[in-house]
Amino acid sequence: MEKFRTLNSKVLPLDRVNVDTDQIIPKQFLKRIERTGYGEFLFFDWRKDPAFGLNNPRYQGAKILVAARNFGCGSSREHAAWALGDHGFRCVIAPSFADIFHSNAGKNGILLVTLPEGQVQTLLDRAANTDNYQLTVSLEENTIRDAHGFSTTFAIDPFRRDCLREGLDDIGLTLRHASELDNFEKRHDAAFWVAPRTGESANA
Amino acid sequence: MAGKPKTLFEKVWESHIVAEPQGEPTLLYIDLHLIHEVTSPQAFDGLRLAGRKVRRTDRSIATVDHNVPTTANRLVIEDPIAAKQIETLRKNCAEFGVELYDVESPRQGIVHVIGPELGLTKPGMTIVCGDSHTSTHGALGALAFGIGTSEVEHVLATQCLPQSRPKTFRIAVEGELAEGVTAKDIVLGIIGRIGTDGATGYVIEYAGSAIRSLSMEGRMTVCNMSIEAGARAGMIAPDETTFAWLKGRPFAPQGAAWDQAVAEWRKLASDPDAQYDRELIIPAIEIEPFVTWGTNPGMVVSITGQVPDPAAAQSDADRRAWTRALEYMDLKAGTPIEEIAIDRVFIGSCTNSRIEDLRAAAKVVAGHHVHPTVRAMVVPGSQLVKAQAEKEGLHVIFKDAGFEWREPGCSMCLGMNPDILQPGERCASTSNRNFEGRQGSGGRTHLVSPMMAAAAAILGRFTDVRTWEFRQSEVPA
Ligand code: SF4
Repeated sequence: MEKFRTLNSKVLPLDRVNVDTDQIIPKQFLKRIERTGYGEFLFFDWRKDPAFGLNNPRYQGAKILVAARNFGCGSSREHAAWALGDHGFRCVIAPSFADIFHSNAGKNGILLVTLPEGQVQTLLDRAANTDNYQLTVSLEENTIRDAHGFSTTFAIDPFRRDCLREGLDDIGLTLRHASELDNFEKRHDAAFWVAPRTGESANA
Repeated sequence: MAGKPKTLFEKVWESHIVAEPQGEPTLLYIDLHLIHEVTSPQAFDGLRLAGRKVRRTDRSIATVDHNVPTTANRLVIEDPIAAKQIETLRKNCAEFGVELYDVESPRQGIVHVIGPELGLTKPGMTIVCGDSHTSTHGALGALAFGIGTSEVEHVLATQCLPQSRPKTFRIAVEGELAEGVTAKDIVLGIIGRIGTDGATGYVIEYAGSAIRSLSMEGRMTVCNMSIEAGARAGMIAPDETTFAWLKGRPFAPQGAAWDQAVAEWRKLASDPDAQYDRELIIPAIEIEPFVTWGTNPGMVVSITGQVPDPAAAQSDADRRAWTRALEYMDLKAGTPIEEIAIDRVFIGSCTNSRIEDLRAAAKVVAGHHVHPTVRAMVVPGSQLVKAQAEKEGLHVIFKDAGFEWREPGCSMCLGMNPDILQPGERCASTSNRNFEGRQGSGGRTHLVSPMMAAAAAILGRFTDVRTWEFRQSEVPA
């Protein structure tokens, strides 16, 4: 996973609430068995509208997306994070995110920043109305700044921050606890009422 | 027992803690991992790349549901990409030793239907699946949640997951539901009230007399849609209804083991003085047959109501979202819901494709005929549901009335297979998501209960099922 330290980029504003993962990547692209190649299908249906931000040359190359409340709700499809990442997005800023999307984004090196509605609105307005609007997101000091006086710090879970900064692999982290896992499993397996297959016909 | 009173969630969570590393998420053990074709190929690839095995094949079960055709000849998948995805699951299951209920298996079906009906899902378990509606399994008192593909790989490799502890939210529905008002209406009512992000960060525990008196099928419908309120999971304490329903299922414990299991499961219910982070009480009398009017499951209105006016929205952002939704849905503010005509009806999905859902719909349909301008289909949730329904003669009622009677799968819930809406078509659907394009690009979805969908199929428009004229009483209750 690519490490996330500091990012300076143009900003794509997406002033919509409850952007669901069906919009981020529609179902017809979930049939693929690869992890890559989803970028061109990002916001597939919305993109058919020539006025949609992703089609606007002024936002070309944006790696930061700013959206309204409850971004990434709905389906658990990690394809949504893959599509954003594949298109080049490394950071999404919004007042709130859906839980599963939050976790999927982190696993793909995409930083999600939660800011108060007022600040997000400022960023949405500035991105829409300022030529070549850029933000600098720093995971060294947990700050977001623009060249027009916007500056804020953001809160992030320290563990998530470390994982993003170092590009850590979750499975590797879990395997540090291999002996605890072995011990737990031995005890737990004895509790048959939580075993998946205990009926007589289990092998039928 | 001494000590702090605990909630159902806390009991299940705490009995699955493998490790609690300082400053990191808890490592939670996973009892059951359900796998399907869409969210697993990249996870198995990851295992192969890293030279890892599936840690517990006996805690993993796979089936095909999202992509499969629901027409009679299911072995022919015309879409080569979908066919390849299913073939990939077959290869992965064979290579890694995971049991697969393939299209021809009598146990095939939607993951969230087959887990409980086979008795794989049991109270007190932790269950995950690369699908957000895994919350369904919480109806049996399990902690069950949807995960992404990286997490699927993580569970395959380690049988556990790092998880930060969610908060708890008790929603009690108190009182008796009116005739014709169902579990689907309860959950639509809840989402309509708290919004699609109303429970983000929480695990919901559903309680109260209206929940207690639901059947297991009804409880599954409620827990299924927890994710549509943003919740991590939904749970209902196991009780006599749960035990009676589970007993004798293929993977349920048997004999003395059953009694011992039930004794353990009885301890799971929340302690009387347990504390929740949030609580909400809803009088059952406020639950009516609901219909969604917009493009997310929180845009809910009573069947006796009207399409809302964006002018009434609480914020500018909502006003724009409502306006956009009305435009997409091609609806005008103020239109009575009962005047909205529909083109299609879909009875199915992991929300409402179980035997009781089909019985309820059949009871409405019996003796009537589908409206001439409507195309209606019933897609049972699993082979077992289909077989049971056919045993009870429900398929005859549906077919006589002009419904298509299909093979099990996700079907038009998300239209990954050929079952889709055409642009502009309007559908009364028993599924769980009315997002733009969910059932087909340009398609318009109204979420309703199976009874409401069945009645809409007959009249060609929405109607209040509480006033329905039932024609035949010999339909199984
Ligand atoms: S029926 Fe619909 S919601 Fe349920 S698992 Fe299938 S696609 Fe997902």
